[in-house]
Amino acid sequence: MDLYEYQAKDLFAAHDVPVLPGDVATTPAEAKAIAERFGQTVVVKAQVKTGGRGKAGGVKLAENPDETSAKAEAILGLDIKGHIVHRVLVTPASDIAEEYYFSFLLDRANRTFLAMASVEGGMDIEEVAATKPEALAKVPVDAIKGVDRAKADEIVAAAKFPAEVADQVADVIVKLWETFVSEDATLVEVNPLVRDPEGKIVALDGKVTLDENASFRHPDHEALVDKQAEDPLEAKAKAKGLNYVKLDGQVGIIGNGAGLVMSTLDVVAYAGEKHNGVKPANFLDIGGGASAEVMANGLDIILHDPDVRSVFVNVFGGITACDAVANGIVAALGILGDEAKKPLVVRLDGNNVEEGRRILAEANHPLVTVVDTMDNAADKAAELAAAGV
Amino acid sequence: MAIFITKDSKVIVQGMTGAEGTKHTKRMLASGTTIVGGVNPRKAGEKVDFDGNVLPVFGSVAEAMEATGADVTVIFVPPAFAKAAVIEAIDAGIGLAVVITEGIPVHDTAAFWAHAVATGAGVDGRGTRIIGPNCPGLISPGQSNAGIIPANISGAGKIGLVSKSGTLTYQMMYELRDFGFSTAIGIGGDPIIGTTHIDALAAFEADPETAAIVMIGEIGGDAEERAAAYIKENVTKPVVGYVAGFTAPEGKTMGHAGAIVSGSAGTAQAKKEALEAAGVKVGKTPSETATLMREIMQSIG
Repeated sequence: MDLYEYQAKDLFAAHDVPVLPGDVATTPAEAKAIAERFGQTVVVKAQVKTGGRGKAGGVKLAENPDETSAKAEAILGLDIKGHIVHRVLVTPASDIAEEYYFSFLLDRANRTFLAMASVEGGMDIEEVAATKPEALAKVPVDAIKGVDRAKADEIVAAAKFPAEVADQVADVIVKLWETFVSEDATLVEVNPLVRDPEGKIVALDGKVTLDENASFRHPDHEALVDKQAEDPLEAKAKAKGLNYVKLDGQVGIIGNGAGLVMSTLDVVAYAGEKHNGVKPANFLDIGGGASAEVMANGLDIILHDPDVRSVFVNVFGGITACDAVANGIVAALGILGDEAKKPLVVRLDGNNVEEGRRILAEANHPLVTVVDTMDNAADKAAELAAAGV
Repeated sequence: MAIFITKDSKVIVQGMTGAEGTKHTKRMLASGTTIVGGVNPRKAGEKVDFDGNVLPVFGSVAEAMEATGADVTVIFVPPAFAKAAVIEAIDAGIGLAVVITEGIPVHDTAAFWAHAVATGAGVDGRGTRIIGPNCPGLISPGQSNAGIIPANISGAGKIGLVSKSGTLTYQMMYELRDFGFSTAIGIGGDPIIGTTHIDALAAFEADPETAAIVMIGEIGGDAEERAAAYIKENVTKPVVGYVAGFTAPEGKTMGHAGAIVSGSAGTAQAKKEALEAAGVKVGKTPSETATLMREIMQSIG
């Protein structure tokens, strides 16, 4: 889960990483009130989970409360790369002497963590990495040993931070590591980390990604979920414990196992090239044990997606046998009754496949077509979706 | 032969008395796996009857190894306790730990992986090799089955299979069941995993019973790109590839915790291109991939 800047900074503050004060507003009036409280020039910053806010007009200086209101009004509702701005962060403007970059992240290739630091902060770090790789220090971090003061000093030296801030930066690095570990983050990024004219180090912007697998030991992280920004179908699926991602096509997809479902999306997209360009409408993995109830929940989500014109149920009977899956589909259609209105193409293979197909044939549901192979079933589902325009 | 597990493997199950552990211990036994016991400190000394197969429960992995000579452990314990279970297995010095558990925090996996590396991580027979987490395990059909791969999909043969995905493993085994497999291994869909595509490719290359290899990848990370580079330099046996997730949008996790395209990194297209540049034929769909392998097996004869 990615956090907003203000949430990231709240976490930083909780772990004693120096940040500027600030408050979040959802209306121009709220923004104005915050600016009145600060009584100085402020920065109004769009809160969106994407980069390039500045270029998109999502970050503005405001010299007084009235101007803050006007700037907030201009920023709220902006569409930044498909993300609508619902909140702005109002924070005192600060003078900057120097900008640096710092992050801890997961290094998948080396199966450990990585510290990245640069004294050339404030710009897109991927650009620094591409154009001036020598300016970006990458220091592997042992997952067990972690980052103590000595390790932080090593990182500071590798990135060649100026001597006058070395101590302060090392101190901040240790605190960012504490944040990274104790919050189960997979990314903690500060860009820019700044030195102000008085020589003080401050985290001016922050980006944090939390590991959802660790939510069982972080009950407080639930409050960080932005319910307002969630797709309603995704929220409904999540509440039922289903792994669902909304996409922009017309063929609803249900399958078992993440890899098989990803593969199903691809096969449907290829088939769609021959059928009016129809595409997969969603990713939905009902997992290994495809019970009738889980199948009904899955179909319920997909059949309520107004974009869906046909549904492709693609199940490989491994642990769960195909007869149980077929019974699940029949039962699910029974549970949904008249709410099920869209054609279903079902492909079953694997364990007990003959019995599974026999059950579906016997049920002879008017909406269900059984097709033998994944490729042919995808073609049929795409054809039905294209016809249902 | 086969890779990582054979008919001589002696398997214990950590979490054998839990719901998943019980269900799959039964299935592993039914497929002919030599299972010699389970581990659960709270039930040490008890015995569990699996349809006439009575297995002892030990208090620790070390005790189980001492009493039975076990060299493989299959781990089904819940995410919150998985790190401790894997570290216990490593400290006991077991040769292979297969971590089935899904949903382990990545900080925990990073920690037990670092611990495994300190022992040698199973390379050159030193320390503990880890497979997974979030994987279906592996099967050497007719010999041993350590995990949850259904044993009745395919029998023994000369194809080696390595995949990030469980159900795509099953699908591919099903499509090629008339040829059969030396070993099929699901390495898991998490961002950090123990045994990689490269480790499995190296083992298949060295295994005299494996004639050709199917490699299945998916979006996220660059493991497939690195495997492609490895194949080009080190693998002489024919390799056929498949990559899932061409239609996955950027920034969305597709079921597996590791299956995410970040910016321009980790796309299926880049993986496919890297594999093809290494001389690997890549199928557009699982069926087309199976057809490519079928042609290779027929030409080998």
